Amino acid sequence: MSDVADRVKKIVVEHLGVEPDKVVDNANFIDDLGADSLDTVELVMAFEEEFGVEIPDDAAETIVTVGDAVRFLEKNKKS
Amino acid sequence: MFELSGKTALVTGATGGLGQAIARTLHAQGASIAISGTRAEVLQRLAEELGERVHCLPCDLSKPEEVQALVPAAEAALGSLDILVNNAGVTRDRLFLRMKDDDWQSVLDINLTAGFRLARAALKGMMKRRVGRIISITSVIGTTGNAGQGNYAASKAGLAAMSKSLAAEVGSRGITVNCVAPGFIVSPMTDALNDAQKERVLTSIPAGRFGAGGDVAACVAFLASDEASYVTGQTLHVNGGMAMI
Ligand SMILES: NC(=O)c1ccc[n+]([C@@H]2O[C@H](COP(=O)([O-])OP(=O)(O)OC[C@H]3O[C@@H](n4cnc5c(N)ncnc54)[C@H](OP(=O)(O)O)[C@@H]3O)[C@@H](O)[C@H]2O)c1
Repeated sequence: MSDVADRVKKIVVEHLGVEPDKVVDNANFIDDLGADSLDTVELVMAFEEEFGVEIPDDAAETIVTVGDAVRFLEKNKKS
Repeated sequence: MFELSGKTALVTGATGGLGQAIARTLHAQGASIAISGTRAEVLQRLAEELGERVHCLPCDLSKPEEVQALVPAAEAALGSLDILVNNAGVTRDRLFLRMKDDDWQSVLDINLTAGFRLARAALKGMMKRRVGRIISITSVIGTTGNAGQGNYAASKAGLAAMSKSLAAEVGSRGITVNCVAPGFIVSPMTDALNDAQKERVLTSIPAGRFGAGGDVAACVAFLASDEASYVTGQTLHVNGGMAMI
């Protein structure tokens, strides 16, 4: 697993209180990890802070699985 | 009860009658406060009187860029922000047929839109910390309506409906969102009424007196406190019974 994937996983586990082994690449935040829509907004805020990026609303809407987040952040991260 | 030691609050309109009473009460309950208004020297005087735990943050809420900077400035001064009191408000009374677009827009901008922007800015930190209180001062007029105050009534009803929607969104995060709706509160405006006018108004108030700033401020302190954590999406009417809702 990449460094980005590890950091994303840590945030998701902490925020949603799910088992680490459920946080796999194709896990959907809402359908598989029990997030509600407010959780997804908070996750995006947490990713922004952790990686020093701004995630615009239209990009945030495309981040629906753990893998989506990892790929977006690998491409755009600043820190 | 209603102890606020260790908590932080931003009060807008703290140069006005009600805002000063709210700022004094939250401060007396132990909160550290940031006080805001356009008149810097009035803020300064209040700060000097109250002593420690007070920060002055002058801001013109009709200017979007100043509104945007206010919550970050409060968080910088206070460390973080637990309690937002949207109290600043203006009237531009006109009969409907005479109401200009600008009479409408300026009241909506300051009373409603600034409140929305401040709440949105304050929410970020509150969501992270899983605590928060957003309290907006509305008015009995927002519920009953009043001739000559179409713009003002709309702005206050808007704040109440906004607060309910936000309360539904963030209830699971330990954040409550409520309104306090004053009726007739003693102010330079009520002082200017003559005895006959006062008499007439008072017959419609079962409590038999005009309200005081402290009556409103006590309700704000309650809603800001830990004891009120199960009260959200509500309007607390403080009007001596002049309207029972
Ligand atoms: N008094 C009543 O009977 C009564 C009844 C029902 C509801 N209310 C509500 O209670 C709140 C306080 O009223 P009040 O009686 O204390 O009125 P007030 O004495 O006229 O105070 C109004 C406050 O709003 C601030 N304000 C106005 N325009 C502003 C702007 N562009 N930018 C920043 N601040 C601005 C003023 O600050 P500056 O002067 O420094 O600009 C002042 O501190 C209002 O929302 C009002 O609608 C009052």
